Amino acid sequence: MALQSLDIVRRSATTTPSPQQRQTTEVAKLIDVTKCIGCKACQSACQEWNDLREEVGINEGSYQNPHDLTANSWTLMRFTETEENGTLEWLIRKDGCMHCADPGCLKACPSPGAIIQYSNGIVDFHEENCIGCGYCIAGCPFDIPRLSPKDGKAYKCTLCSDRVSVGLEPACIKSCPTQALVFGSKEDMIEHANERIADLKERGFENAGLYDPPGVGGTHVMYVLHHADKPQLYDGLPQSPRISGLVGLWKGIFKPLATAALALTALAGFFHYVTVGPNETGEDEEEEKA
Amino acid sequence: MSNDRNPSRIERYSPAERLNHWITALTFLLLSCSGLALFHPALFWFTQFFGGPTWTRILHPYIGVVMFASFGALAFKFWHHNLLTRNDIVWLRRIADVVRNREDRLPEVDRYNAGQKMLFWTMIATIPALLLTGIVIWRPWFAPYFDIGVIRLALLLHAFCAFIMIAGIIVHVYAALWIKGTIGAMVRGSVSRAWARKHHPGWYRRVTGGG
Repeated sequence: MALQSLDIVRRSATTTPSPQQRQTTEVAKLIDVTKCIGCKACQSACQEWNDLREEVGINEGSYQNPHDLTANSWTLMRFTETEENGTLEWLIRKDGCMHCADPGCLKACPSPGAIIQYSNGIVDFHEENCIGCGYCIAGCPFDIPRLSPKDGKAYKCTLCSDRVSVGLEPACIKSCPTQALVFGSKEDMIEHANERIADLKERGFENAGLYDPPGVGGTHVMYVLHHADKPQLYDGLPQSPRISGLVGLWKGIFKPLATAALALTALAGFFHYVTVGPNETGEDEEEEKA
Repeated sequence: MSNDRNPSRIERYSPAERLNHWITALTFLLLSCSGLALFHPALFWFTQFFGGPTWTRILHPYIGVVMFASFGALAFKFWHHNLLTRNDIVWLRRIADVVRNREDRLPEVDRYNAGQKMLFWTMIATIPALLLTGIVIWRPWFAPYFDIGVIRLALLLHAFCAFIMIAGIIVHVYAALWIKGTIGAMVRGSVSRAWARKHHPGWYRRVTGGG
């Protein structure tokens, strides 16, 4: 094994298994939206640690700033006002890569090793291998990757893989003043979430629950939601995300079948030539006309 | 050019038509290599012909626009030779005789046989579809203007149309190698009288005024 602190178990555009003998602990970030105060310390910490700077934008009447994820903003507080639950509620959700167990970006990526998955569950982009095709954007069920206008590469949250590899927690976790963000083993995070959910139910949020969508094999970023029955209230968090059937068909069955069919078509031509043989205009036919 | 004056040769394609065909063919070759490189990882090494993976991604759509324009000129020139006739249906039904070189059992063929016409209409269907779907998925220029659902559909259709097209061109290239005397038609522009009489008797009679 190469000397590396995180084991790569899956890489994009690679048809044979990556080394997966060593089993490390699956990690997870738990985002408790019920504790979030929308201070955006996590946004700042993310840019600080990753040496990114967002452009100064324009206020469009919302606390949400910037208005969307960008190649510089890998996490974003999304603010939503809703009256759907009988009272005005201000819902704040920290958006960013969910680190799916079955990542659509990795499935769609055509460049070997541009997207990799570590055995601890983190999905990371290796931009030096990125070709800028944007297939990851089509593959992602959460609309996360962003192409940089500066270098044409795709960027997203790394779950601070560089920090995690040396035993530190992600920068956003470190900065959260209310412990709405916690990080640890996925098992511990689920346990912690269940305590929080029980507490919320006691306080009258009977639909409180954990968001760890099974359609993508579960995620390594999870939410505690007060309205787990209506995740779309939180600025369109998908109800049951999964890799699009179109992407699944394209990168699943069609890719090997079509490639094989093309090879067989050429082979059929060769076999026809060596059995039936070429269709020649005979010399007698040439003379006939003369 | 000397062939044109040789009484045993008949002109089939003018120099302009040949040039048009080969621009289309060369752009097709570049497009299929770069496209397949990004389609299946086993063929990713094709990117080395284009100056690396990122250059492959950058160049592919521009080459596609050139092929579309070039094929457009070709189609405009040849579409009227490719209208299907009753004889073509019979020809297709007797495809088993076609692949066994038993041309005596086939109905008379004019300038193009039914197989050639099918290829023409396959290209007519796939090349514009490849252009349209290609624009939808073209980053960074056009893709951001389309809904993600449309982009996903375009990605799948682009791959599917390319598959149909490449399969069609493999048959097209093989047919040119299989039917001896054909390649000269597109390389030098002319065919022998015997070739024309054997494979395209209807056309032969029209251009020779009887024969």
